[in-house]
Formats: sequence, C-alpha cells, structure tokens
Amino acid sequence: MTTHNLVRGSNTIINLPDQSTAEIPKRNFISNEHGLLSWLLTGDHKRIAVLYLISITFFFFIGGAFAGLIRLELLTPQPDLVASDTYNKFFTMHGVIMIFLFLVPSVPATLGNFLIPIMLGARDLAFPKINLLSWYLYVIGGTLTLTALVLGGVDTGWTFTTPLSTHYLNTHVVTTATAIFVAGFSSIFTGLNFIVTIHRMRCPGMTWFRMPLFVWAHYAASILMVLGTPVLAIAIVLVALERLIGIGVFDPTKGGDPLLFQHLFWFYSHPAVYIMILPGMGVISEVISTFSRKRIFGYTAVAFSSVAIALFGFFVWEHHMFIMGVSNYSALVFSLLTMLVAVPSAIKIFNWAFTLQKGSITFETPMLYAFGFIGLFTIGGLTGVFLGSLGMDIHLTETYFIVAHFHFVMVGGMLMAFLSGVHFWWPKMTGRMYPESLSKLAAVVTFIGFNLTFLPQFILGYLGMPRRYHAYPPEFQVLNVLSTAGATILGVGYLMPVLYLAWSLKYGAIAGANPWQATGLEWQIQSPPLTENFIEIPIMDHEAYDYDWLEHKTQPEVTTVG
Amino acid sequence: MSEHIYDAANITNPEHGEHHIVSPAQYSFVFITLLIGTAITVLAANFDMGVFNPIIALAIASTKAVIVILFFMHVKYQSNLIKMTVGAGFFSFLVLITMTLSDYISRAWGLW
Repeated sequence: MTTHNLVRGSNTIINLPDQSTAEIPKRNFISNEHGLLSWLLTGDHKRIAVLYLISITFFFFIGGAFAGLIRLELLTPQPDLVASDTYNKFFTMHGVIMIFLFLVPSVPATLGNFLIPIMLGARDLAFPKINLLSWYLYVIGGTLTLTALVLGGVDTGWTFTTPLSTHYLNTHVVTTATAIFVAGFSSIFTGLNFIVTIHRMRCPGMTWFRMPLFVWAHYAASILMVLGTPVLAIAIVLVALERLIGIGVFDPTKGGDPLLFQHLFWFYSHPAVYIMILPGMGVISEVISTFSRKRIFGYTAVAFSSVAIALFGFFVWEHHMFIMGVSNYSALVFSLLTMLVAVPSAIKIFNWAFTLQKGSITFETPMLYAFGFIGLFTIGGLTGVFLGSLGMDIHLTETYFIVAHFHFVMVGGMLMAFLSGVHFWWPKMTGRMYPESLSKLAAVVTFIGFNLTFLPQFILGYLGMPRRYHAYPPEFQVLNVLSTAGATILGVGYLMPVLYLAWSLKYGAIAGANPWQATGLEWQIQSPPLTENFIEIPIMDHEAYDYDWLEHKTQPEVTTVG
Repeated sequence: MSEHIYDAANITNPEHGEHHIVSPAQYSFVFITLLIGTAITVLAANFDMGVFNPIIALAIASTKAVIVILFFMHVKYQSNLIKMTVGAGFFSFLVLITMTLSDYISRAWGLW
C-alpha cells in the first residue's frame, strides 16, 4: 500500500480496505464503555468532542431556523410575516445562538478536542475533567439561552448595545447575558486546556515546528480565548448590574459613557472572530496538504501568521465604532492597524495557493469545501479592508454590506472549513465513510446557495439598505428575493450532510486507518481510535506533512493495535 | 526548546510537576502587608491631593496586587513560561486600557 501509484494516474486518493474482510476494530473509544452515564461522566477528549458535535449541531439548526424566518420576512418589502418587535428578536436570537453557541466552539470544541491530543501524540488533554466541565457549562449556557427564548426572547441584537440593553428594553436581557457569561467560561476552559496540552504534552520528538498547522492555529485561537473572553464577561456583568441596580458605568447622567461598553465588548468580540476563523484555517492547512500531496508551502510563515493574527487581533477593535463618535485621531490609528491584519491572512492564502501549485490535486469532498473556503474567505477578508477604511466605512457600515462581509467570513469561511474538517476526519471519528458523490453534491449545493444568498447583500448594502429592519423600499425586492432563494438552497446544503453522515454511521463503507493517505499522527492509528489513542506514546522522527516518510514507513511505525 | 529534556510524566499528567512549598510565615507576611496597605489606603483618603488622589490610590492597590501575585499565588517561584503567561494577561490589559484611552484623550481635539 504505497501512496505512489495512488497519486499517479488516478483522480482520487481514497484507499479503503477490502470491504469483504474489513471490520471496525472491536476495541475503540466508542465501544469501550456503554450507557448514557459513560458518556455524561467521561473524561475522554474524543467522547467530549462527540458530545460537543451533537450539541453544536442542535444549536446550529435552531440558529438556522431563525435565519430562515428572517429571510422569509425579507421576501417582501412590507412587514407582513411578523411584527417589528418579533423581527428584532429573530435576528438577536440568530446572532446570539450562531456566534456564542455555534461559531466559537465549532471547530475547537469538536475537531480540536478530538484531534489535538492525538496530533501531539498524547493520550488526552491536560485537564480531562475541566474539559468535561467546559461541555457542561456550554450546555448550561445553551439551556439558559433557550429559556430566554421560550420566555419571550431578547431583542438587543447580539451586541447588547447600551443604553438600549440597559435602559430601554423590557425583554430577557439578563437571562441571555448570563447564558453568554457561562458559555464564555466554557470557551476559556477549552482554550486553557489546549495551551497547557500543547506546551506540556507533546510526544518525544514533537518540536514546535513539527506540529501540524491545525495545532498552531488552535494554539493562537486559545490565546485569544483565554485573554479576550474575560473582558466580555466583565462587559456583560456590567450591563446586568447597570440594568438591575443602575451602577452608572455606561450611563452619562451618572458620569458613565455608553461607548465604554462598546470598547469593552469589541475588545473581546473582534478577537472573537479570530477565535472563530483561526481553527478553520488550521483545518484548511491539513486538507490542502493532504489533497495536493505536498508539505504546506512556507510552513513556518503559516504557523507564525496564526500567532500574528492573534496578536494583531487585539489592536483593531475600534473599527466597529467608527460612526459612534469616537476620536478621529484614534480612529485613524485603528484604521491603519486594521489593514495590518490583512497581511497574515494574505500570507495564509498565498501559501495555500503555492502549496496547490504543482501539487497532485484531487477533488474529494473535504477539498471541495476547502476550495469554497479559500474563495469565499478571500472575498470576505478583502471586503473587510473596505470596512476598515474610514471613509468607506461611513457609507457601508450598518448596511447589508457588513452583513454580507461578516457572513462571507463566518459562513463562507468558517462554516465551509468546519464542514471540510468534519468530512475530512469523519472516517477517523467513526471508522466509516460517507457516500462520496452525495457529499460532493452537498459541497457544491452549499457553495451555490451561499453565493446566491450573500452576494446580493453586498449590492443591497452598497445601495444603502440598512441592516436590522424588517421592511424596505420596494426597489430592493429583487435582490432580497434572490437572497431568500439562496438561503433555501443553502438550507438544503446543510441538511444533506446531517442525513448522509447519520446514514454512514451504520451503513457507510469501512474506512480503515488512513483512507486519505494523510501524514498526521491521527491517521497512523486505528479508526475509531482507542480510548488511550496510542498503545505506546509515539516518537516523532519526521517533519509534519512528510509524504516521503509516509510512503516509506513500515506499517507499525506508530505503535497501535492493528 | 531544543535542549528541552523530555519528561515522561508530562504526557500522562502534566500536574506532576515540582511544587515550591511556601511557609506559613510567608503567608502571614502577605496578610500583614495587605492589612498595612489597606490602612494606608484609608489614611490616604483623608488627604486631598488633587490630581494625585487616584494615582496614589491605584499605586497602593497595584502594590498589593503584585504582592498577592508574586508570593500568595507563587508566581515568583514558577518557571519563566508561567511568568510569561501571567505577563500576557497584563499585556492584553495594558492594550485594553491604552488603546481605549487613545479614544478618550483625543476625542475632543480640534472640537473647541
């Protein structure tokens, strides 16, 4: 079984074991213990990753349902589906659920949890119990959000803007704020666990510059989680205190300043978009390398660009506040700093492009999603430069342009990366393959649906349609109908993987240890892995993405059971 | 990191590191220092020092915080990595304060 003949003259690298004799290994982390309690009290990072995967998928579809309702209301210029108050609640719940309960934990808590210890050659994360606690906090946060929703919802927007949230609204602001506060700690614990694991639990020979770029990206995101999230927690507690006992930090009549809230909130929430996108970039590095059979071009530059994004991410937040009456001089500085973030992002994109150059590219499902990511993230990122320019921002901010920009980065970028990663590591997590042609179709449907939904919104925004209104002038209807039609296709694109991935759990082909002929340590062990990951701690004696090593390695080089 | 000596205990349980033991006398010293700091804060509140009021108050509070972090939380006896981790927290706090102040200080420039 060499990679050589698979790459040459074939349009796929998929290499499955003989299905008539293949079977799922009898001992693995799923079959190790049985019963609900064995899952709810587990310390195994892989089981916690599965728990997270189920919960974030649940919240993704609740958030998605609100997106559907928003698009349905915007099908016509008149406010005919729901009242304006209800519409405000729709987009607030959509934002809160998608950002805090889906995007922030999406890749780190599922794929990161599952893979980081294995990629480092460790048996588990540094603090398995804190890892489980993190999932429970996430569930408590999610439950509180649903409670607020059932009790009547909240309509502050996901940004909890003061003084709207502190003085003028009569909805469940404090319940939702508590939910985000609790979910925030779940994120801090995940980040903490990753940082300690990466520093302390790398196997012998696993130097910093032999780590997969997936791990580097998670390391950078973890720094942001640990340093940024407490500031959000403080901002939210202050909103609650202001609302409940009127302490006056954000109230000008008591010597406070509403913009102070914006500073505190965006000090977290801008780096938070890097918390969301960096792990996705890690996924893309792994996928691009595997499906072009090449070491990532400029490995070191890609690794450090993750850290650079994390660092620069803390210096740009005021670009969310340019039209709020901040100092012109300060805005000038923040605008220039914002441009800087484009540099490490571009380093990644160019290095991925050079990795593809002269690579043996094949177009399996994860790669299709990864191509979607590169194109859509580039558009999303470059429109961010428009919004970071002081003059353009005044025209474009608070319009659908910013909605489109954000969704290009977060949905076109992050969600594509998440789906790419789920499809890439699904055989490792479950031991089974999904139907390849159906999954390729889903990737294409998602890409088409996405563009149809969000490209018209750039034009709508440029023409001046403000965000967060449920009625609009009739001349905007055509573009809105296109967008709603696209959202329907996008919905189909997201439902398809749920169905065929669920189907594959029982009926999918047996994947074997390394269906993609990938180089990572996780691919050298059985699928699904043992609870202990490795029988013996492996010794890393080669660089990351070393396809020569893979081609020449003797079968049991990384010690596991067969 | 190249001269890093591999410790097998790390892979399975990184909490098995060596711990510096701090004597009760040292904790008492921290406690008494904090009490003295509190007394000075109360005392300082009786004098009006104009613009220096918040500066003095913050200076006393920071000194107390540093004593807690270094001695009560054992940071003084930890590895450089842990010191750097603590430093990272202060660095991001510094960014939060200075960059926010860049708005407040210059907001009214040229407007009067």
